[in-house]
Parts: sequence; C-alpha cells; structure tokens
Amino acid sequence: MSTATPSAPNTPAAPTNKLGFTKQDYVGSKSTLCAGCGHDAITAQIINAAFESSIEGYRVTKYSGIGCSSKTPAYFMNQGWGFNSVHGRMPSIATGASLANRNLINIGVSGDGDSMSIGMGQFVHAVRRNIPMIYIIEDNGVYGLTKGQFSATADKGAHLKSGAVNDLPPIDPCTLAIELGCGFVARCFSGNPKQLNTILKAAFAYEGTVVLDVISPCVTFNNHDASTRSYKHVKDHDFPLHDLGFVQYSEVEDVEIPAGQTEVVTFPDGSKVAIKAIHEGYDPTDRFGAMKAIHESMAKGEFLTGLLYINPTQPPLPQVLNLVDEPLASLDETLLKPSPAVLDEIMQALM
Amino acid sequence: MTATLAAPTKPGGAKTRINDFSIQVATVNGSGSQTANTVLLRAIFQMGVFVSGKNLFPSNIAGLPTWFTIRASAKGYVARKASNEMLILMNPETAKEDIAKADPGALVIYDEPLQLDKLRNDLSFTPVPFQKLVTASCPEPKLHKLVKNMIYVGVASRLLGIDMEEVKKAIAKQLKGKTKAVELNQNAVMAGYDWAMENLPDQDQVKVVRDNKTQGLIIVDGNEACALGALFAGVTVVGWYPITPASSLVETFIEYAEEYRKDPKTGKSTVAIVQMEDELASAGVVLSAGWAGARSMTSTAGPGVSLMSEFIGLGYYVEAPGVFFNVARTGPSTGLPTRTQQSDVELCAKCSHGDTQHINLYPGNMEECFQFSYDAFDLAERFQTPIFVVTDLDLGMQNWSSKPFAYPTKPYDRGKVLNQQQLAEIKDWGRYKDVDGDGICYRSLPGTPGGKGAYFTRGSGHNDYAQYSEKPEDYVAVVDRLKRKYETAKTHVPKPVFRNLGSDKGVLAFGSSDPAVIEAQDILAAAGLKTDYLRLRALPFTAEVDAFVKAKQVVYVVEQNRDGQLANIFRETYPEFATKFKSVLHYDGYAIDAKCIVDQITAFEQK
Ligand SMILES: Cc1ncc(C[n+]2csc(CCOP(=O)(O)OP(=O)(O)O)c2C)c(N)n1
Ligand code: SF4
Ligand SMILES: [Mg+2]
Repeated sequence: MSTATPSAPNTPAAPTNKLGFTKQDYVGSKSTLCAGCGHDAITAQIINAAFESSIEGYRVTKYSGIGCSSKTPAYFMNQGWGFNSVHGRMPSIATGASLANRNLINIGVSGDGDSMSIGMGQFVHAVRRNIPMIYIIEDNGVYGLTKGQFSATADKGAHLKSGAVNDLPPIDPCTLAIELGCGFVARCFSGNPKQLNTILKAAFAYEGTVVLDVISPCVTFNNHDASTRSYKHVKDHDFPLHDLGFVQYSEVEDVEIPAGQTEVVTFPDGSKVAIKAIHEGYDPTDRFGAMKAIHESMAKGEFLTGLLYINPTQPPLPQVLNLVDEPLASLDETLLKPSPAVLDEIMQALM
Repeated sequence: MTATLAAPTKPGGAKTRINDFSIQVATVNGSGSQTANTVLLRAIFQMGVFVSGKNLFPSNIAGLPTWFTIRASAKGYVARKASNEMLILMNPETAKEDIAKADPGALVIYDEPLQLDKLRNDLSFTPVPFQKLVTASCPEPKLHKLVKNMIYVGVASRLLGIDMEEVKKAIAKQLKGKTKAVELNQNAVMAGYDWAMENLPDQDQVKVVRDNKTQGLIIVDGNEACALGALFAGVTVVGWYPITPASSLVETFIEYAEEYRKDPKTGKSTVAIVQMEDELASAGVVLSAGWAGARSMTSTAGPGVSLMSEFIGLGYYVEAPGVFFNVARTGPSTGLPTRTQQSDVELCAKCSHGDTQHINLYPGNMEECFQFSYDAFDLAERFQTPIFVVTDLDLGMQNWSSKPFAYPTKPYDRGKVLNQQQLAEIKDWGRYKDVDGDGICYRSLPGTPGGKGAYFTRGSGHNDYAQYSEKPEDYVAVVDRLKRKYETAKTHVPKPVFRNLGSDKGVLAFGSSDPAVIEAQDILAAAGLKTDYLRLRALPFTAEVDAFVKAKQVVYVVEQNRDGQLANIFRETYPEFATKFKSVLHYDGYAIDAKCIVDQITAFEQK
C-alpha cells in the first residue's frame, strides 16, 4: 500500500483506484511532441493502464534512450523516477537499476532506431537475460528526432517523403524477441487504444521482460500516402488476433471468465489473461506456430496485433542470480562488510 | 654428462652477489612454467629475501615465447632490473636471441639439446638433460611437459643455495589441496636438485642466503588486492566484460564473493555479478545501479574505457556514482595487450566529450590497491560521480610482496542521500540544488515511498530541479557547480607521499613506477644528485602537489607512456610553471626500470 497522499477529491469526485489515486496522479509533464504523434497515444494508455492496475507510483522507474519516443517517460507517472540515458543503451540502464532494487516496477521506452540499430546488442541481451521490465518500442519506421531518416524496421521499398527508397529488409523486434526466448511478446497499434490498454495491464502483472512493439505513426516524417507506417496504412492492414481480457490477481475471485472458445493463461501471481481468438488457429502459447504465422502475415504486408507469444514461466534475472529478497541498494555495512577475522584468514592464506 | 660442461667460470675478482640478482626464465607459454616460476619466487621469499616477479607473457593461450624475471634484493628494490645474472633457457625458439642479449658473465642454465655453449665465451654455461631427468622422475608421459619446468627449479635451487624444504613448502602452497600434483612436482624438483648435486660443481657468483626481511609479509597481485578492497567496501552490483589485464580482478572477486557474500540466513547472494555483452553495457549497469543506490563497479582496460566514454560523460553530468577500475595495458588500439603501460592517464582524467573532469585514484602498491579500492566506493557515493581507480598490468597481474592489509575500520560513507522522512521534511527540494555550497547536491533513490523525491534524470540540459532546460544560465550553473564539486574533491582524495632527500630538484611519478623511482633516486644520490620525490596518488591535485610544483626548480615527471600525458596535465594545470616539467618516459611494454630513469635525468642535468 502506498503511503503517498492521494490528491484531494475534486467536485464531482474523480474516480479513484484501489490505492485511492485518481488518474491525475499518474500523469507526467506536458508532452512536447508533434500534435498527433503516435507516441502520445501510447503515453496515454500507459497512464490509463497504470491507474487501472493501481500501480504504486513510487516503485515505478522509467528508462529510455534517445529519440522522440525516448522523451516520453517524462510525460507519464511523475510519481516515479525517470532515467533518460544515451542512445541505444536503455536496456543496460534498466538492468543495473533492476538488480540494485528488485522491488522496482521497470518501464523502458525506446524507439525503433534506438532499439533495432544502435541499441540492437543491448536489446538482444536484455531480452536474453529476462530483465524484469516492460520494454516498449515505439515503432514508426523512421528516426523522428533526427528528422526522418529510415530506421531498421522500415519496410523494403518504403518511401521517405523526399522520395528516397529503402532497399533493405526490415528487422522485426517481435519474432526476434520470440527467438530470444522472451515469454511475453506483443504488437499493438497506437491507434487501437483498447487493445494496447489490456496488453499493458497484463504486462504490469508479468515478472520478466515484456517486449511490446507498438506501431506508432510519425505524423511529421512518415505519415504520407506512400508510407507503410501511416495511420491510414496501418489501420487498413491491422489484423487483431484476438479479443483480450485481463484479470488482475486481486480480482480473479470476482470475475468469471466465460468458458468455450476462450483460452486462459495464468501468471505466477495469479493474474489471468483471457484470449478469445479472432484469427482462427493462432495459438499464442505455440512458439513455432506463432513465428510461422507472423512471418506469413508480414510477407503479405499485414500487421498481426495482440499477444503474439506468451509463456509466463521463465525466472527473471534477480531470481536466476539468487539474490537476497531485500533490495541490494538497502543492504547495510553490517551485512556487506566482512569481519576482521575474515580479512585475517585471507591474509594468512596469502602468506 | 657432456665434456662441454666446464665448471662455471667466475669473472675475475667479482664478489658474490648475495640476495641481489635477477633471474630470467625463457619458456613457452601454456607449458606450466608459471607454476614453476612462482614456486622459485616463493621459495626465495620464504628464505626471508625481498623478491619480485614479472611475467612477460604473449597474447596467446599456448605455444608462444614467454619470459619470467625474478629479482631478489636485500635492499628491497623490487622494480624490474634491466640486467640478469642468471638465465634459464627452455625455449628453443628464443634461445639464440636470449644468449645474444645476455649480460656478460651471466650463468646460463639451458636444455642440453639446444647446444648453446659455443655461441659466446663470456657466459657460464650449464647444460641440463631435462628430458632424461623428467622421464626418470615422472611415470606418466603425458605429464612430462608440465613437470619438466620443475626440474629447473631444482637445479637453480641447488646453484643458488635455496633450502629444498622451502621449495617443497612453496609447491604445497601453490598447488594447495591437490595431493597428487604436489607429489609429482616435488619429485621433479628433487630430481633436478639431486642431479645438480651430483653432477654440477657449485658456483659463487649469485647466492641466496637466509634473511628475515619477509617475515609476516604476503604475496599478492594488484587485481586480487583491488578485488578484496571492493569486497570489504560492500560492492553490490558488478557489470563487466572480460579483457586482459583486468579480468582477473572480477574473477578473483567472484571467488571471494562465493565464500563471503552470501546472506548467512538464506544462503542467497548479496551481490549481483553479470558478465555483460560489452563494456558499454557494463558502464550502463554500473551507473544505473549506483543511481538506484547500490555500490557498483566494473573492471576494464583501455579499449573498454574507450567504449564506455559516452556513458562516463552521462554519469558525470547526471551525477551517478560508480567505480571504474582501469587496469591499463599497452595501447593504442589492441596494442600489446599483455604488456604494461600508463598510457590512459589523459583518457581517464577527462573521459567523454564536452567538459568533463574525473576523480582518479592511483594506487602505487598492494596496500593502496586494497585501501583505494575501498575508498573509491565512498568517493563515488560522496561525489555522486564515476571514479576511476587506475592501475596497470604491472601492478594488477604481477606478484608483489606486501605487508598484510589493515582492516578498513572507517565506516562506509553513503553520501548525501535523503530518506523518506528527510524528503517529507524538506520544503523545496531540488535534485541539483547546491545547498551546502560544496557542489554536491542531495539525491533521492528510486523506490523511496512517501510520494516525494521522484525526479527525472536526463543527460540533456537541466536545471536545479532536474527539469529539462536549454536556458544558457541554467546550463552554465550546472557545469560551474560540477567544477566546484571537483574542487571540493581536492580535500577528499589521497594526498601524495614524499621521499625527500633534500633538494630543489623534484621527481614526480605515480602507480607502478614507484619502486624504480626509489631505486633511481638512490643511484642518483650516490652519484651526487639529490632529489625530492613526490608520488602522486590522485586527481584532482591536492594542496601538497601545488606546493611541490611551486617550490621545485625542476620537476622530472616519470611515467610509462610516449607522450608524457601526466606532464601534459601538469602543464595545463600550472601554465605559469610549464617549463619546469621535464618528461622521463618509458613505454616499450616492459615495466619501467631504475636505469632508464637515471639515464634520462642525468642527460637532462648535463644539458
Ligand atoms: C551516439 C548518438 N548517435 C546519434 C544520435 C542522434 N540521434 C538522436 S535520436 C536518433 C534516432 C532516434 O530514432 P528512434 O529511436 O526511432 O526514435 P523516434 O525519434 O523515431 O521516436 C538519433 C540517430 C545520438 N543522440 N547519439
Ligand atoms: S517527429 Fe515524428 S516521432 Fe517525433 S514527435 Fe514528431 S511525429 Fe512524433
Ligand atoms: Mg523511430
């Protein structure tokens, strides 16, 4: 239970969550992105999902690299600590802090440039280590902040506004994450807030690395008619895989999940994700089947969105390292500093 | 026995060098010679004689030439000595060249089939039938290669007069616990010794005579000493990436952590150690763990620091603590990865783009490697910034004798960190507000409950409240405060140490150059040139350094790099005295020796 003071009720009283906070308690500073930027829509859903999931703000840490997308941690949850680092290195920042304090709720925000080019190495290794974090890639196919150059997720044959054509094939963060053993891989569209909201709530309940690739149009540099990342193009090619429901562990007793065509995945904390298939035959617990379906749809220029792969069983890094339960950052000298007898024993051995 | 084996000749009139000589052993790497050499070194040490060892090894796992020099010195000079009184030549590939370079009069023990005795007539040759001896002493042919080197330990012990009981003790110590290996090696050593007793006349050029100088001392390398410093400093997060000569620092730490860093109640670990994908990631882990309140560190060498430099600048500007060990090697680029140099002085002093200045610690011996590593964590948290502990391959990987380390009784200094209650009481907290006027601000740690203290850390322009700002006055206020903070550090870092013989001529050095400088000072004094010596132990320069620079008529800056990097920092810091600084340099990858310092200073003095 948070000890922070929830904001005084307004008139009429703003709705509060289980911690007594209003949605206003989850907002950040004012966004400085272009009006209509997909990234702002993602920020809005992070705020909603955190509010609805009654996330304790003081435990939240927000990490990012460099880019328009990487600025957004300043725009949500001012109750939490932020660390806007250097280009492509957000994952190592999340790694160190999450090891220092295993009670933190870690949210990393990155861009397609930040993660799939300069930061590819760190992305790959953070996923492989299963850092406890929600890793959001705000994917617009370009480098927004440096004025619209292609990124490594740009489709082959895609056009820039200037007419320049991308000759190289795209890297897909989602199939890559599945390949790397990630246990929670999802793709969303910033223009489909409901789906993003549900997936974010499920992500908050997940223990290890969540890789969430959100197609997020750049209205300034990549929203033209020939773009494959424009609002219109993505809307027309978005194929939601399923209707998702998320039930937090605390509500599991009260909510009845209809039987029948709905598959239920249960997390270690008891939370449940209910998956009602739209795309027939897509099973998000089947790793190789999922890979195959995603590849096939990409070849057709479609975006399969939703929970692409789920397997909530892998232990996150602090558990793998068998760390003490208490945050390392709060261990004190009495536990950390060996006694004079230990030093003496070591010195004797060196004589 | 071959007919060529003449009694070793003794150069006319020279008296026996007792406890004052160097031995150079030439072998092939990966042949187990490291164990043999360490045993020889330890046996001399156990005889009570000051001794130091330098392993000149190749960047290769097996099959390339390697040399090990052992210096015994009654006077306690432990620097590398450029001349050797005894050679042990086991490597056919380098033997001829080793003979060509030998100092006249040297005793040469060599593998008989190499037939070296005709090459020069001013050396004393002792051929040894190693293969025959090893075959007779070791029943398992596949172990012959490994124990062959022990034979020369036996032969050399006989010639030097080392007590075989000490040799056996040294083997047991070196191979602790491995009963079979101990027995095998002890047999081989005895085989060499017995053969030499029977077949070789004694010599009296160089001898080891029992002394009492090493009682109660330890033998250790700097990486282990630093690892122990970090252990006692309570490091809780380690992110690292393997690189010679820095790997063994973390690897030794891992061994100690296995034993001493488990919670006694649960058996769980009180330290997270992660081998990262590269040094960039290591730096990220160190800084973010420090930011989140852990004591964090990494260990690397020049190439790693180059990679880390963007992050180091971030750490400096956002003010995140972390300890960065740089065990320096020979650059630039890959350079000579297994050779020593002090060539990252400027890199670590100003690592990263923009205006950056870092606190650097320069330990000069094993006790300081331990103590400064311990102190580095306090400094990192006190000053909320990356701290470099700069050693080098010579300190880090070579064997040094040392007094046992004193227990660090000083309690940890966790710096200016506000807890929940303090945050609740403060009215107008700003992450980067200089409340105390020392340039050091108060920070909060992520995860602190109470709804106060959260802030946004950013490597872009920010104001006192950690808000984004591009205002010129906000920018300047922050970077000027950082400079103030660096000024404050002058009264917190280790002061220099002096060895003054009474002179207005100064010698200034740091780190592993210390033993060579001391020896050079004595040689120069004996020749009539007295000097005052300041050993620098940290950046920024303290008041004692200012005073020394002002007072001396000339300052010889001794360092192990080509460009006189430390001298450059001095010229920049004290432009009014720029002409006082004269560079004395050594940079061939071998550890510095006294002679090169004496020669260069003498040349300057004669100008
Ligand atoms: C080391 C380094 N190189 C280059 C840059 C310049 N840079 C800033 S943001 C960026 C690309 C960001 O693209 P992306 O991650 O896709 O973010 P977006 O702006 O599209 O959201 C680049 C190349 C930098 N900040 N640092
Ligand atoms: S340039 Fe593109 S990515 Fe950046 S803020 Fe504007 S719309 Fe968003
Ligand atoms: Mg982008």
